Amino acid sequence: MRKLLLAGLTLIISVVFIVRLFQLQVLNTSYQKLSDNNAILTISEYPERGFIYDRNGKLLVANQAAYDVMIIPENVIPFDTLAFCALVNVSKNTLIKNLKKARQFSKRLPSVVVNQLSKEAYAKLQEQMWKYEGFFIQKKSLRDYQINFGANILGYVSEVSNNDIKKDEYYQPGELIGRQGIEKSYEKELRGKKGKRFLQKDRFNRIIGDYKNKSFDVKPKVAKDIQLTLDATLQEYGDFLMQNKRGGIVAIEPSTGEILALISTPSYNPNLLVGRDRSKNYRKLARDTLSKPLFDRGLQALYPPGSPFKTLNALVALQEEVITPETKFKCNEGHYYAHGAFMECHCRKGSQNDLLKGIYNSCNTYFANTYKRIIEKYETPEKGLNQWNEHLKSFGLGNYLGYDLSVGKKGFIPNSSYYDQWYSKGGWKAATIISNAIGQGEVLTTPIQLANFTAAIANRGHYFTPHFLRSVSGDSIPPKFVQKNTSIDPKHFEVVIDGMHKVVEKGTARIARIKGIDVCGKTGTAENFTKINGVRTQLTDHSIFVAFAPKDNPKIALAVFIENGYWGGRWAAPIASLMIEKYINGEIERSWLEKRMVDGNLTNEYQKPYLGKPFKINE
Amino acid sequence: MNKSFYRLDWISIFIYLALVSFGLINIYSTNYNENSNLFNFDIPVGKQFLFFLVSLVVAIVILITKAKVFERFASIFYLLSILSLIGLFIFGKNISGATSWYTIGGIGLQPSEFAKITTALAVSKILSEIQVNLKKIKSLLQIGFVIVFPMFLIIIQPDPGTALVFIGLIFVLFREGLNIIFLLIIIGLILFFILALVAPLPFIFTSIITLLISMYFFSKKLNKKASLLPYLIVIFFSCGYVYSVDYIFNTVFEQRHRDRINIILEKEVDSQGIGYNINQSKIAIGSGGWEGKGFLQGTQTKGDFVPQQHTDYIFSTIGEEWGFYGSSLVVIAFCTLIIRILYRAENLKNKFARIYGHSLAAILFLHFFINLGMSLGLVPTIGIPLPFISYGGSSLLAFSCLLFIFLNLDANRLNE
Repeated sequence: MRKLLLAGLTLIISVVFIVRLFQLQVLNTSYQKLSDNNAILTISEYPERGFIYDRNGKLLVANQAAYDVMIIPENVIPFDTLAFCALVNVSKNTLIKNLKKARQFSKRLPSVVVNQLSKEAYAKLQEQMWKYEGFFIQKKSLRDYQINFGANILGYVSEVSNNDIKKDEYYQPGELIGRQGIEKSYEKELRGKKGKRFLQKDRFNRIIGDYKNKSFDVKPKVAKDIQLTLDATLQEYGDFLMQNKRGGIVAIEPSTGEILALISTPSYNPNLLVGRDRSKNYRKLARDTLSKPLFDRGLQALYPPGSPFKTLNALVALQEEVITPETKFKCNEGHYYAHGAFMECHCRKGSQNDLLKGIYNSCNTYFANTYKRIIEKYETPEKGLNQWNEHLKSFGLGNYLGYDLSVGKKGFIPNSSYYDQWYSKGGWKAATIISNAIGQGEVLTTPIQLANFTAAIANRGHYFTPHFLRSVSGDSIPPKFVQKNTSIDPKHFEVVIDGMHKVVEKGTARIARIKGIDVCGKTGTAENFTKINGVRTQLTDHSIFVAFAPKDNPKIALAVFIENGYWGGRWAAPIASLMIEKYINGEIERSWLEKRMVDGNLTNEYQKPYLGKPFKINE
Repeated sequence: MNKSFYRLDWISIFIYLALVSFGLINIYSTNYNENSNLFNFDIPVGKQFLFFLVSLVVAIVILITKAKVFERFASIFYLLSILSLIGLFIFGKNISGATSWYTIGGIGLQPSEFAKITTALAVSKILSEIQVNLKKIKSLLQIGFVIVFPMFLIIIQPDPGTALVFIGLIFVLFREGLNIIFLLIIIGLILFFILALVAPLPFIFTSIITLLISMYFFSKKLNKKASLLPYLIVIFFSCGYVYSVDYIFNTVFEQRHRDRINIILEKEVDSQGIGYNINQSKIAIGSGGWEGKGFLQGTQTKGDFVPQQHTDYIFSTIGEEWGFYGSSLVVIAFCTLIIRILYRAENLKNKFARIYGHSLAAILFLHFFINLGMSLGLVPTIGIPLPFISYGGSSLLAFSCLLFIFLNLDANRLNE
């Protein structure tokens, strides 16, 4: 027994040790992770963000270098704070606060003390870096907008939020993400894919070399450049015409669905949302609730479409065979549709309009009668209305169009269940909802929907999903923006198009005529209301114009609307006409008209509701 | 010499060579950089290699020395060793708080390492004398003094870790007839010590009383004459001991001692401060997995996360780079070596040689138990090297001497 004491103990202890080793090394896997956290530093390597070009290859968005001043607190020796503050243009308090923050974060790890130096400050500081022990400069890449327009389309880039990180594991704190517009829609293409470098750390967190000879490193995947369908010249010209007016222009190439221009005014210079003052500037824009510069009027603004909608009602009626181009209605400065329900019209008393005349004179009576026939074609108004609703939906109304920006509105095309809710079932008929005939009533559309159905008319019955992406790094894009056919037979379009041509030739939009180009269009005027101190108050009508040109083989279809611009021919039609001239001819002959538009200022009109005194509208 | 050469225990020699070589490999890895090579005597691995060569020369000298010499001169060696320990207080060099070193020509020597050899020889010599009987108080006091005196000199250096190793010689005393009651008392003391720290006092008191009273009634059933008194005495002393452990731990111990023990008992988690070493050592070993990260591939080792890794915490490098296979092999090697030595010792007719063998095994065991236990987080931090493997010239040389003296005695077993 005594002989075996130590031997036995040795054996027992050895077994205990082996069991313990098994437990630590084999059973418990958490140590591997702890060891990696200890000793491996993962550094992300970012590819340069992709450039953005317009349809003609003009560079819109590039990158610029920005410089962060970093420190490693334990290496910092006392320095002349005032001289340093002057050099990098920060206040002494900010500097002291940031230095303290850095020290609290870690004495051995680098922290940013001055964010995004300007190039000038960087140049000055670099010369004097030797004075500041423990400081160094880290380069980073920022967006550099080559243009001062198009902010609503391009969007911007900013640091990821905690929410973004939760949603997508790819992102880590401090990284950048596309926030709006193209930057957001094509984030994956533009950012590329970050690479990873693994470095070996020692116990002081100092880097002592590559981890395992870089065998685990992942090379970053190059970001892709993007070409947009946008025509920068046209976009810029639209902005130029729209100054001092609120509203939007949407221009589409009918044969492809490519968006040539999307103007929303007032807008802002995209460079405002780059660099050190980004959040300050953003707050300022977001707080402007009157002119709403962050609100994309071309995509998000909902209005009753007004008279341009008549063209669609004409097409539906032709397709439903409730009228022919020869069908005539009599107009007596309006018409009674039911007892006490009179709709005014500006036609002379006793006018007899056929479809062509009805369109170019924009006769309310003609379209009210037409609409009544559509609704009353079937045994119940429900069925008629739903049939009408289906036709309009085939033009992309009442739903998202599916373009490649992340903001938008569905718009609204009423169906029978909507009116059943309002009036109880069977409690309504064609006369009740007659305003829909002329694009008022319950119908709501966004400007891009207007432009899109205009393109569908220009194409004689089909459209392509409107979009901004032309190609990615030179490759053409997969055909996700497909052709969609409307439910209207192509043969019905010619007469409507003739009508729209006449609108410009001898109708309400003669000002939109361009020598040598057959322009087809339709003016519109939309009543609109606001609430002032809780009282529903009518404001000056919106000025609307939709058009395409040339009549045969159309190159451009567009919708223009000017908030409170009174009537279609006043602002929207001339601006649309100038846009067409600019796009097709490349230069403007009618400089007098251009001048009138540029000088036109509706600021007074926009201030009216806020002055606190009674005002007149439509003056 | 010639005949005894063939009787050498080649298995032990093989394990010795394997452990030292493996030690060199791991020391090389802990301090690895571009300039590392075995013949660069300015870096740990080169120095260790140099000491290995010296050890081999010394080992050969030991093997060709007559076996009788060690027994005959044991007292003189012991006295010289005591003198060298005392001399430290005059000529010694203070390195990191302890005066444990002589430096001669840039090379440090640690007499306390060599005191292990001489004390082992002295203990063997005394115990092998016929008139010594461990049942007698006089003999106990005599042998106790031989062990405790160098311990005392080492404690005041202060180097309590090294001193602790001498306690291992108590196993030799048990082998040679020390009353087994002492062993039970030691085990009891250790158990109660741990118990006093992890459990609340009232709980321990009630448990002790209930247990012993029921033991009394049980023995009363077997033997009607059983007396209650011894049980009461045991109850009294164990409760008193537990109470005083609690008191000493909380008032007499310094915070760092308390911390070291609390970390092991997992009463405290402080992986950045006092628990840093143990925690990093466990991470290094734990991250090794089955096969380890491979030679020179340990990230904990490369990043210097474990302090004193090439000396006391060398096992963490082994665990990290050689994994479960490598570390288990080291455990098995030590186990085999110790049991092999005990087995050979038991077969020796010469009492001195046998006792010396036990002393060697006991000292090896204590180092093995404390060092690995510490690296694995099972034993509080006590800074002593892992024999043959840890970096340290004196340690390597001393352990080589310890082993080869035994191998000499063993090889000459028939030359009585």
